Amino acid sequence: MDILDILRAALQQALGPQAIVFVLAAIGLNIHFGYTGLLNFGQAGFVAAGAYGMAVTVVTFDAPFWIGVLMAIVAPLVLAVILGVPTLRLRADYLAIVTIAAAEVLRFVFGAVETKDTFGGSNGLNGYAKPFQEANPFSSGLDLGIVSFGRNDLWSLTVGWALVALCCLLVWALMRSPWGRVLRSIREDEDAVRSLGKNVFAYKMQALALGGVIGGLGGLFLALKQASVVPSDYSTLMTFYAFAALLLGGAGRVMGPVIGAFVFWFLIAGLGSFFSQSAGDGGWIPEVIMTDTQASLIRYIMLGLAIMLLMIFRPQGIIGDRREIAIDGR
Amino acid sequence: MRKRLYRVLVALIGALMVLMVGSTVAAQATETPPPDATAIQVTLQDEANKDAQGNPKPIEGVTLVVTKDGDKVGEGVTDAKGVAIIEVEELGKHVVSLDEKSLPSGTVLDENTKNEATVQVRFQGPNNRAIFPIGVTAGEQSSFGKDLAQNLRAGIVFALVLCLAALGFSLIFGTTGLSNFAHGELLTFGALMAWTFDQLFKTGGLATVSVILAGIIAVVLGGVGGYVQDKVLWGPLRRRGTGLIAMMIVSIGLSIFLRYLYQYFYSSSTRSVSQYSGQQREEHWYYLGLAFADREAITVLISIVTITVVCLWLAKSRMGKAMRAVSDNPALAASSGLRVDGVITNAWVIGAALTALSGVLYALTLQVNVFMGMRILLVIFAAVTLGGLGTIWGSLVGSLVIGLVYELGPLFGVPTSIKEVGPLLIMIVILLVRPQGILGRKERLG
Repeated sequence: MDILDILRAALQQALGPQAIVFVLAAIGLNIHFGYTGLLNFGQAGFVAAGAYGMAVTVVTFDAPFWIGVLMAIVAPLVLAVILGVPTLRLRADYLAIVTIAAAEVLRFVFGAVETKDTFGGSNGLNGYAKPFQEANPFSSGLDLGIVSFGRNDLWSLTVGWALVALCCLLVWALMRSPWGRVLRSIREDEDAVRSLGKNVFAYKMQALALGGVIGGLGGLFLALKQASVVPSDYSTLMTFYAFAALLLGGAGRVMGPVIGAFVFWFLIAGLGSFFSQSAGDGGWIPEVIMTDTQASLIRYIMLGLAIMLLMIFRPQGIIGDRREIAIDGR
Repeated sequence: MRKRLYRVLVALIGALMVLMVGSTVAAQATETPPPDATAIQVTLQDEANKDAQGNPKPIEGVTLVVTKDGDKVGEGVTDAKGVAIIEVEELGKHVVSLDEKSLPSGTVLDENTKNEATVQVRFQGPNNRAIFPIGVTAGEQSSFGKDLAQNLRAGIVFALVLCLAALGFSLIFGTTGLSNFAHGELLTFGALMAWTFDQLFKTGGLATVSVILAGIIAVVLGGVGGYVQDKVLWGPLRRRGTGLIAMMIVSIGLSIFLRYLYQYFYSSSTRSVSQYSGQQREEHWYYLGLAFADREAITVLISIVTITVVCLWLAKSRMGKAMRAVSDNPALAASSGLRVDGVITNAWVIGAALTALSGVLYALTLQVNVFMGMRILLVIFAAVTLGGLGTIWGSLVGSLVIGLVYELGPLFGVPTSIKEVGPLLIMIVILLVRPQGILGRKERLG
């Protein structure tokens, strides 16, 4: 077993393109859950809408690349409106159930055999990312000693972290504006806000749309980075990875999702690498206790445990404020 | 009070046992359980040539070749039941081709069928099926009435299984207010325990009652699991004053944790129990114009009896009344001298036991897989939301409707591979027009 190897794998994952997807999804969730108190369990649906908005436009309808990018922003927006109208008036637990159901419906429809001509079935769509790859200004990869990224990854990273920075800036600016204060007061006491003459429904809808679009950007980025969209990527697990990252970092803080996703992905990838080295051939854990396949499951078990323990013992995460996250069913 | 609870549990199990023993005589294990490995299962039946019961005649001794991307990866010959199980190594698109020369004389392929079928191998396990309809005319194949009867039967069975799980969910939701996202894992637990103990009993002297014993043990263990869960996790959280939303997020974590813990120990392969897995429809289970297979008839009987007993118990017994009082107004119930925490513990035990029973029955209908609970969880949500979250009678009505929609949906245009979509869309629509559900009381939900 090689400690340096484990560290390297963990750092590579925590900085790498996969983490960026979850950072963006978690920033969106932060607007929903952290600032407005909307319990959206269907963030994966928004991410999928972004990714498929791009891929379907370019591949199925033969539109130019930039229209695809535009559609990746429009599709989550439309989804937010369709989803928000029936559900935003409901209690938090209903909202959670409906959003998770809607995200699953989307995934089923994208993966169905019957819609294969449009969405590509379970194999998904590809062949749209060429303009993105051709725009790559880097001529070689980057080697920092402990972590190294290839040429394509480096380009994805630059674009991805720039997107993250932009979104963080946007959230920061919005949340210190009067608009953001209304959102936060909706989270604290909806009725009080309503009694002050604010249209709570409209504010919630705007928050849902904005968070959804940021999630959709995560989807767009994922689609560009791996040059294919596959429905199985957008399962409920994606939502809960983002949720765990958000809870770990601290909901209701601008940098919460970023720090959370970094730390969470570092731990998950590190543990995964540790167990995959320890189990199987040449490892110190006997085959009876853990095989290779079982070692790959450890990360999901850790994910579940992390969500439970965080919520029970430290709901405010690393940098959050406990008083701000005293969420309750109303 | 405690005593009464046990009496009910004993009665439940007794009813279960009587029913199951009564019907074992008729039921024999008919199919050998398929191997755990990933495989394509091909069934060849001559639809034009049926026996007295109307079951198509199996075709034996036909050679089938499986290719992937043009390379041959496996070969098999159908057995006396017309079934060939051909192991493949990876998932993905495979082409099964049938050697027409090996068909028995007089049997010809339907003109609408080529001698090749494309199979998308999606699951680990033997449940990837290829179909060659032989000797079927196109008109007979898509007879609406026949499909309707078949789907109606599946719908009734599924609705009742769903009903048990929904009842369990409603009991827990009613008394605690928790939307338990780990409910699907309670169901999986029942199915897994039934399978585990079935493995234990099926070779010994208890082989004839193996599944029944295993089922009873699974239900009891499910109840114990509910008790432990309440004592270790939910009880302390309630006493700390943790909010409902926080608890809901905890239940999500628990669900993921348990699901992958199950997969850690049971792997993701699909298994079936040793008895009642036969597909043959016997003439003596003939009700309402529908012929039921043994396992279907048993499932229907056990569910109906259990549901009736639970409903009667809720309506008449002291504990049942206490439970309804707590779900109506916990504060008032507490100030009237009810031991609310004890009532909630009871709700957890009974709710979890009912859900485990649902899992056992679902294991007979479908096969056992660690993800079965997750797949059905949202359908359970749809059922209880449709009926009215937290109302007992509502969850009965809701699950009947949703169960039928789930199975009948494909007849009316819902693609078969995504049957779940129908119930979920219904749920979204019902929340739009009548958020409190069919039988729920009108209250502020926003």
